[in-house]
Amino acid sequence: MAKYLIKRIFYLLLTLFIVITVTFFMMKLLPGTPLQNQQKLSPSQQHLILKQYGLTKPVWQQYLIYVSGVFHFNFGTSFQFSDQPVSYLISSRIGPSLQLGVQAMILGVIPGIVVGALGAIRKNTWVDATTTIVSILGISIPSFVLAVLLQYYIGLKLGWLPIADWGGFSYTILPTIALAASPFADTARFIRTEMVDVLNSDYIELARAKGLSKWGVIYHHALRNSLIPVVTIVGPLAVNIMTGSMVIENIFSVPGIGDQFVKSILTNDYPTIMAVTIVYSVMLMVVLLITDILYGIIDPRIRITGESN
Amino acid sequence: MADEVKLPADSFEPLDKSKHLDSEKIAAPNLTFLQDAWRRLRKNKSAIIAMVILIIFFIMAFGSVFFSPHNPNAVNPQYANLPPKWPGVGINGLNGTLVQAGSRINAYHAAGAGANVHYWLGTDYLGRDLFSRILYGTRISLTVAVVATAVDLLFGVTFGLFSGWKGGWIDNFMQRIIEIIMSIPTLVVVVLLILVLKPGMMSITIAIAFSSWTTMARLIRAQTLELKEQEYVLAAKTLGESSIKIAFKHLLPNLSSIIIIQTMFTIPSAIFFEAFLSFVGIGISSPKASLGTLLNDGQKNFQFLPYQMWYPAIVLSVIMIAFNIFADGLRDAFDPQTKE
Repeated sequence: MAKYLIKRIFYLLLTLFIVITVTFFMMKLLPGTPLQNQQKLSPSQQHLILKQYGLTKPVWQQYLIYVSGVFHFNFGTSFQFSDQPVSYLISSRIGPSLQLGVQAMILGVIPGIVVGALGAIRKNTWVDATTTIVSILGISIPSFVLAVLLQYYIGLKLGWLPIADWGGFSYTILPTIALAASPFADTARFIRTEMVDVLNSDYIELARAKGLSKWGVIYHHALRNSLIPVVTIVGPLAVNIMTGSMVIENIFSVPGIGDQFVKSILTNDYPTIMAVTIVYSVMLMVVLLITDILYGIIDPRIRITGESN
Repeated sequence: MADEVKLPADSFEPLDKSKHLDSEKIAAPNLTFLQDAWRRLRKNKSAIIAMVILIIFFIMAFGSVFFSPHNPNAVNPQYANLPPKWPGVGINGLNGTLVQAGSRINAYHAAGAGANVHYWLGTDYLGRDLFSRILYGTRISLTVAVVATAVDLLFGVTFGLFSGWKGGWIDNFMQRIIEIIMSIPTLVVVVLLILVLKPGMMSITIAIAFSSWTTMARLIRAQTLELKEQEYVLAAKTLGESSIKIAFKHLLPNLSSIIIIQTMFTIPSAIFFEAFLSFVGIGISSPKASLGTLLNDGQKNFQFLPYQMWYPAIVLSVIMIAFNIFADGLRDAFDPQTKE
């Protein structure tokens, strides 16, 4: 296990290093400077400003400085907001994003499990048909369409919930629903397929033959065994939520990093774009690592250490 | 034992020989792999409906090159923001009226349009016909998705086949590359690529293709690893067949169901990404339109002119739903074991 962990963490760091390198040189390929009103500035003024951002050194030196900075959580200074360190922009905005992400994950996965399981138990009935339709809709309707509709009909027309901004818990409800729709549908579909398989297996037959009650069989044997593989889809779901958060935060004016990412792209704020890219990648890699380890712990049949055989 | 049964020769009657000639014959014609899948697919009503809807959308979107009610880019400020109007239909929402400041007014009269001016789905803020723009936008969206999927297919299948077939350290190295790409969120890769390549149809296609080939490559590799242990591959190798020929004659036909199923799942996700990026504002840029840019334009006026967002949203959602249902149906048809 320890060997496996070390190997995984080594790969994680290697990947992180590649991500940093690739984004750094990609951003160097792009035109654009932190200078505003470039024509009005004298060459020496321009030089001073560029020097302030560390852009006068040769590229390889900038690269080394950047890499060592990243490991100290120093991503340089934002081009968009003067004198604003990118690390501050991110740390002050990561809270709302994480809160929304976790809420959406919970709101997506738990009802998804219930609905998927119901569909499998009542296979080929109207219950199953309804769950299938709901999950197809959840997968197909883009989250940003859903977000705008929720914002308009529930926020504006009915006035039940705030339409935008970030205040108390009530401000998080609509964005969470919009974000959770697609993970919900994914989970429901996944659980349904798993559960149908499990319900057909021999040990369920045995449990029934023993005379266990219907719901006892379902709860103790079927559901528990169907839940194990759900761990494997947590990674993809996290990606899903991260993707969604960019536009959902933008629509609901949530001060999160997704919203910041979109704004930085539109204003060519390269240091922030790079930093958010790195933060997103780290979050995803950590989620993937944790789910892999959890999977090995939950299901002893999967020996992550026994990869060699 | 004494009483022998007497069986006179005439109690036997020779059967007609010609009747039994085809007792070994298989009555039904041999079905090829595709015919078999089609037979199963046909039984799945929702998949067939989805397929028909998709065909209609494709025909309408690509047919609009030759026939479109209006020019999708013709600006007509006089008729800006007109609601939908169908000739002879009096239902609110389709009769050219809209609610302004609490009362329902006839927007066509207000704009000074004659009785013969009709816009089926209304016009946008520049007076462009929304119906024509949706047709045009759907065409761009579908083109981007299909081309991206084709590139993704070509690259992913080649990569997966090569990796699985070669095995050893080459396979190991190629898998590490995939793992690294997969641990960066797709959207981030797409955004970075688009920034470097400059927003536009071409770069969005490349970016989507680049970020989605990994799933295909992994599936193909896993299957290739299994297939290359098969006896017929061994036989082909023993007979001195070249690797490329084995790949085309033996591996690809056996991989075709995976490829078809995966392709059908990639297209809707490509459509989604294109719409997403255009909605955020880094995708297709004006004067070109896609479903994403139409949604973005419509969203700005949603409170007052909801039809401008509703119609593109419906078209996008219906296409996505149809693709997903059709892909599900195809998966069940090509791979009956996975279902139940």
